Amino acid sequence: MAVELKMPALSPTMEEGTLAKWLVKEGDAVKSGDILAEIETDKATMEFEAVDEGTVAKILVAEGTDNVKVGAPIAVIAEEGEDASTATAASTTESRAGDAANATPTEQPKDQGAPPIPESAEPHQMETGARDLVHAVDEAGAGDPEVPEGTEMVKTTVREALRDAMAEEMRADKRIFVMGEEVAEYQGAYKVTQGLLDEFGAKRVIDTPITEYGFAGVGTGAAMGGLRPIIEFMTFNFAMQAIDHIINSAAKTNYMSGGQMRCPIVFRGPNGAAARVGAQHSQNYGPWYASVPGLIVIAPYSAADAKGLLKAAIRSEDPVVFLENELLYGQSFEVPKLDDYVLPIGKARIARPGKDVTIVSYSIGVGVSLDAAKKLADEGIDAEVIDLRTLRPLDTKTVLKSLAKTNRVVVVEEGWPTCSIASEIAAVVMEEGFDDLDAPVLRVTNVDVPLPYAANLEKMALIKVDDVVAAAKKVSYR
Amino acid sequence: MARPATAKPEPAATHTSNQLPNRERPGEPTRFEPTKEQLLEFYRQMLLIRRFEEKAGQLYGLGLIGGFCHLYIGQEAVAVGLQSALEPGKDSVITGYRDHGHMLAYGIDPKVIMAELTGRGAGISKGKGGSMHMFSVEHKFYGGHGIVGAQVSLGTGLAFGHKYNEDGGVCLAYFGDGAANQGQVYESFNMAKLWDLPIIFVIENNQYAMGTSTARSASEDQFYLRGESFRIPGIQVDGMDVLAVRGAAERALEWVRGGKGPIVLEFKTYRYRGHSMSDPAKYRSRDEVQQMRDTADPIERAKKELEGMGVGEDALKDLEKQIRAIVAESADFAEQSPEPDEKELWTDVLVETY
Repeated sequence: MAVELKMPALSPTMEEGTLAKWLVKEGDAVKSGDILAEIETDKATMEFEAVDEGTVAKILVAEGTDNVKVGAPIAVIAEEGEDASTATAASTTESRAGDAANATPTEQPKDQGAPPIPESAEPHQMETGARDLVHAVDEAGAGDPEVPEGTEMVKTTVREALRDAMAEEMRADKRIFVMGEEVAEYQGAYKVTQGLLDEFGAKRVIDTPITEYGFAGVGTGAAMGGLRPIIEFMTFNFAMQAIDHIINSAAKTNYMSGGQMRCPIVFRGPNGAAARVGAQHSQNYGPWYASVPGLIVIAPYSAADAKGLLKAAIRSEDPVVFLENELLYGQSFEVPKLDDYVLPIGKARIARPGKDVTIVSYSIGVGVSLDAAKKLADEGIDAEVIDLRTLRPLDTKTVLKSLAKTNRVVVVEEGWPTCSIASEIAAVVMEEGFDDLDAPVLRVTNVDVPLPYAANLEKMALIKVDDVVAAAKKVSYR
Repeated sequence: MARPATAKPEPAATHTSNQLPNRERPGEPTRFEPTKEQLLEFYRQMLLIRRFEEKAGQLYGLGLIGGFCHLYIGQEAVAVGLQSALEPGKDSVITGYRDHGHMLAYGIDPKVIMAELTGRGAGISKGKGGSMHMFSVEHKFYGGHGIVGAQVSLGTGLAFGHKYNEDGGVCLAYFGDGAANQGQVYESFNMAKLWDLPIIFVIENNQYAMGTSTARSASEDQFYLRGESFRIPGIQVDGMDVLAVRGAAERALEWVRGGKGPIVLEFKTYRYRGHSMSDPAKYRSRDEVQQMRDTADPIERAKKELEGMGVGEDALKDLEKQIRAIVAESADFAEQSPEPDEKELWTDVLVETY
């Protein structure tokens, strides 16, 4: 019986992909292990292998097709002894009516143990709470005061914005190099460094062994010696192995040497929860690094901020921890088309102006907050959303100014509640803005447990728009 | 179903150690043959370190130096022999927390070192680093690191910089037999050889990681072999003989400057004092220490050779006097300099303002 091949999900965040190339054509015999096609995911180009023996009966999606949804049929394989042309008919008939009688091949295959044909033609999406986190991205539009009126805006993904920032800075300063796992030949585990090897060569785009502690130290030493390293961690979860160098070696050098020895280095990579990757790969280290004097900590939300702040981070004389978010890499935002778009470190951004309640957040929490603000608007509550952008130094001024206007604060953080950025904001607001408060500060954070794998539990553990809405209403006594 | 597009792996082959292909190795180092002036200078530096450290020990006892203070007494020949072979302004040095001797061997003013130990504003780190955290970027001396083994990765980074900048420099990264058991040392070995970085890994094997002897902590206590599985050759050297140290340094520099990548030098040495000032050193006998002092002291050894070269007792006594004066001056300076201005608490946290 014919087997329908479907667009495979090849990464935790993949929802669609590009069918880059077919390596077989209709009529070709294939066996298990043969490479059928190359598929580009959000992360990499993957080879798609045959699992069954048979003949390629029909190619349903032409090569070069973009945005092929995961689960969509892409080809039909006829099994041994099956007529390839009728197999196609069988498949279509079946998916239409489930009645294959008309198309039954004259010669019955000997082996009757045919693989089941999936009943639903609907593409199946992996269940994950992470999807809810990204769905408000379109709302990020609110313009940045730094951008001159009339500047052309270009839709850019966060991934491209980060790459552009690195490439632009590397063109301008030969001391800058990028080092990390899979940053060069593989083009980046999350494709963030795509193209850099081609442009800058192996001297400046360096693949390391899997050795976080070691290469964090190598980068830090190189910075001490006068270079300007960008150290990529495949994810910040792995940087736990290297945290000694980030804190003990990089952050303290300038102080311990009485200002004599500097350490201009950027540690960057994805941070926070991804989709269904379990507890060890889903953690927000923002509060950890933000507690360390001597470090700059940046956690942008939009592509424009990612670009402008990464450029600033690379230029900084201080060590910077630059926390990206895997779920945002593929999201597109308007980025101003300027020759040199650099943003100030340590300045929050009003992502949405409002007058009734202040919602403070950063990174992926900003999208959730903007979505909540929209819902709140429907209920007559005008929320102001502040994107902190930099976690250290924290722009408390902007928060306090907003508080003076709204008299209420909710902090939204995709991370644990205990000793969080949210806790810090609450403390600062209490210490410095007490008289402006009309309600206690509320924190909306992830649940205080390691992130579970199961889809339903994962959803429960992550921040949700409705929780933000409920908190905002509560501080508004509505 | 799917896998990343990568090259096909080669079929596995069996290798046992005796089938390892022959590797090029550096030749046996020869003991350095100094002129009288050179040996006198080595002697002077070693004696300066000895007297300086003795004074630091006294100041610690008086409560003028606080916290941790790790003395280099007994190990002087290592820093002096090695650093005398470097090209100043070109090569870099990094070490752990037992760093006073390495700074003195670089000719850095004893006054600002001692003032750092006493936590004064005139100290080389404005009094904010302390004994374990001293730096002199001017001399390409990069510290002074308190986390055991961290300097090995950092030094590999300095060597990366030498190669990146094509400046011809070599990094000397010192660490002890204790640090040699840290994981990041081997991560660094791997990358250093993979990229053939210009670095000399200097293992100062003083036989005790704090209170734990190498016999109790090292499965392979021949530390010069520790680089072998990364294809880094190693040489074991008598670290109590400044001329043997210098000879090995030249051999190692020749190897590294020749573009052959890193090398390991293990120096068998001995510290006479405790691990730090607060170490009662109950893990070894007084006899053991006394025997080393009597039979292997690097300063006495150099002194005898100087006498053999015709340097008179008076000249040596004069030198001793000069050194005592320098050390006394540094101690006075360190004691009398004011503490850092209170404003310094807030400076140097970040370079820029945001």
